[in-house]
Amino acid sequence: MTQLTPTTAPPPLPATAETIERTVAATRRRRGVAGWFRGDGPHILVFLLPLLFSFILFSWKPIVDAAVMAFQHTNLIAPAEWVGWENFATVLSDPLLGKAVVNTLWFAALALLLGYPIPLVVAVLMSEVRRARGLYSALAYLPVIVPPVVGALLWKFFYDASPNGVFNTIAAWFGAGPFPWLQDQATAMPSIVLFATWSAAGGTIIIYLAALVGVAPELYDAAEVDGAGVWRKVWHVTIPQLRGVLLITFILQIIGTAQVFLEPFLLTAGGPANSTTTVLMLIYKYAFQNSLGGDYGAATALSLMLAVVLAIFSAIYFRLTRSWSTS
Amino acid sequence: MSSNITRSALASVAFVSSAVLLAGCAGAAEPEAAEDGPVTITVSIDAGLEQEARDNFDARVALFEDANEDITIEAQEYTWTAPTFTTDLAGGTLPDVFTIPFTDGRGLIANQQIADISQYVADLPYADQFNPNVAQAGQADDGTQWAIPIAAYGQGLHYNRTLFEAAGLDPDNPPTTWDEVREAAKKISDATGEAGYATMTSGNTGGWILTTLVNAFGGRTENAEATASTLTSDPAVAEVLQYLHDLRWEDDAMGANFLYDWGTINQDFASGRIGMYVSGGGNYGNLVTQNALNPDDYGLTVLPLQGADPGLLGGGTLAAVSPKASAAEQEAAVKWIDFYYMAKLADEDTAVETAELAASLDQPVGAPELPVFDQEQFATYQSWIAPFVNVPVDQMAPYTDAIFDQPLIPEPRVATQDVYALLDTVVQAVLTDENADIDALLADVQTQADALYAKAG
Repeated sequence: MTQLTPTTAPPPLPATAETIERTVAATRRRRGVAGWFRGDGPHILVFLLPLLFSFILFSWKPIVDAAVMAFQHTNLIAPAEWVGWENFATVLSDPLLGKAVVNTLWFAALALLLGYPIPLVVAVLMSEVRRARGLYSALAYLPVIVPPVVGALLWKFFYDASPNGVFNTIAAWFGAGPFPWLQDQATAMPSIVLFATWSAAGGTIIIYLAALVGVAPELYDAAEVDGAGVWRKVWHVTIPQLRGVLLITFILQIIGTAQVFLEPFLLTAGGPANSTTTVLMLIYKYAFQNSLGGDYGAATALSLMLAVVLAIFSAIYFRLTRSWSTS
Repeated sequence: MSSNITRSALASVAFVSSAVLLAGCAGAAEPEAAEDGPVTITVSIDAGLEQEARDNFDARVALFEDANEDITIEAQEYTWTAPTFTTDLAGGTLPDVFTIPFTDGRGLIANQQIADISQYVADLPYADQFNPNVAQAGQADDGTQWAIPIAAYGQGLHYNRTLFEAAGLDPDNPPTTWDEVREAAKKISDATGEAGYATMTSGNTGGWILTTLVNAFGGRTENAEATASTLTSDPAVAEVLQYLHDLRWEDDAMGANFLYDWGTINQDFASGRIGMYVSGGGNYGNLVTQNALNPDDYGLTVLPLQGADPGLLGGGTLAAVSPKASAAEQEAAVKWIDFYYMAKLADEDTAVETAELAASLDQPVGAPELPVFDQEQFATYQSWIAPFVNVPVDQMAPYTDAIFDQPLIPEPRVATQDVYALLDTVVQAVLTDENADIDALLADVQTQADALYAKAG
């Protein structure tokens, strides 16, 4: 009988944090480079290239070009001239800038008053409807399908300030009006906001309806058991459950209203007397008002400033609401 | 295995598509086609023409292509407005041949934003016969002709004869003073509920028409040396604004729309919603071909002139060529301009042929205009087309009988469109705010205009 000598493995080296890190890093490097080539890396790259290329060419290059143009004088035909911060100084010293900012804030405030709560209320009401909800959804969404230019021309027709105008005729049935709508400095902006709300609310309603589907019915059942009415259910169940969506739509609304252009452009061209000239309208005027080529440098400088302000605002907003949105 | 094959195939497709995309971009940088051989040029055609007008245009294209077999003409809808022109210009999407107002000619030439076609223009048989006042709008500082004047106009007072009759006014005796314009406007407004008098206010047209009225009231918006705006120093500017204010607020005779631009005011006038408005004297063609004006409604008279040194704001249209056009395309473009715009004025056969064709298609022939060449040539041209004139000339007699007696004043020369844009705001303010402070508004725009003149300086 042969006594077998027990084979004993050499005692393991003491595994220090340093050696582990080194080993993992070396493995990662070996697997990283070689493995990338052996694995799906090249395929992924090739698949990614068209997307990456399009993205750089059509999304980022114009942004970079615009940022560069903000420091140039150019008519886009003759060679550009580098002017440093001059365009920014031009824009900041423009007396119309203050008015455009105030108008934009005024639009934003009106849009928040009208455009923010209305879709939520409509969505909550529609979620309570048991029959033909699809029909109501379609009707609510219909204005979003109407092309903005068509919608604006339609509303421009409705807003005809003469007593024979559509809205003024309706107002006359109730013994009111005629109202000047777009033809008066005081009423032009609220009229534009009304149109903007009509044209955009459908999209937001659909988002809210989708979010409402995700609210657990048990919560409503529990609230009902506790004797809650409709209003209490909305306040204590629906709104807290929609908190995340509400936060996102709020910031999107702010960013959207800060960039409002189409509505005043089509309905009033910024008038009367600049009462609906927004920041984006001002950018447009810099670029396109003068038929000889416009001040593209000033236009891009103001665009850049607006983008920076909105980015800072968004960052602060998300930081301030981070805890609230996840709680 | 099969999945590997599929993946490889997809990867190949993706790679090829990337390559194609890259190749496409590289291809964009290729030099232009050689200059010999057939040439295709895009030429502008008014947007939104009635079918008869489009047929007329197509027939003339066919004639041109028969005479120039190596040139192909492609039509592109284009109507000059300040914002769209700027966009097209910057984006490089203008047709090869396009039209611009007199106000923009010298600026575009100085900035080299239109092609230098002077060598081809110099070869035209009538190159030295242009009315010098008209030709200078398309000339560079050295006197070379970069853009060709194709039409000239003096502003006119367009009026609706039907509304005049409805208000108990005689359409054959339109107003001859601005006080009479105001009285007629009030009568029309009171009797019909439509705007007795309307004015453009948007897209720089507010400044354009305000300047017209200032000139008619004996004032100017720019000093004689074209070194400064005179918005506050010339009392006629405030006087005209006060006149509009009173027409709007005291008489309530301007209807309810104070955001008109050139297109929308034409629309409303053609549909019988406006009694009177000021625009180019040759506007009849647009009113008919783009807005279906009923000719029976139409009347045209000269602007009343008052004050110490009044005059009629004049302007016109230049034909220009895209700076992106190759030499061969530029040459073809000038041939087209010669054929389409000029020969009908300068060559008897073409003038007769063009007028006959237009008349046969029920297109307006003989709308009032000012001579691009000299007065004598203009009279000869009118005798050529006389048999085909189909516009209601009697209804335009108050204009055509008096227009040549009115002193013509060119548009302001410096920062024209920019100052017009500033004045849009002033006119809008006066028409939408009963308590608008005219002096303060003018002081504000004068400051801004001063900055524009200093910059141009």
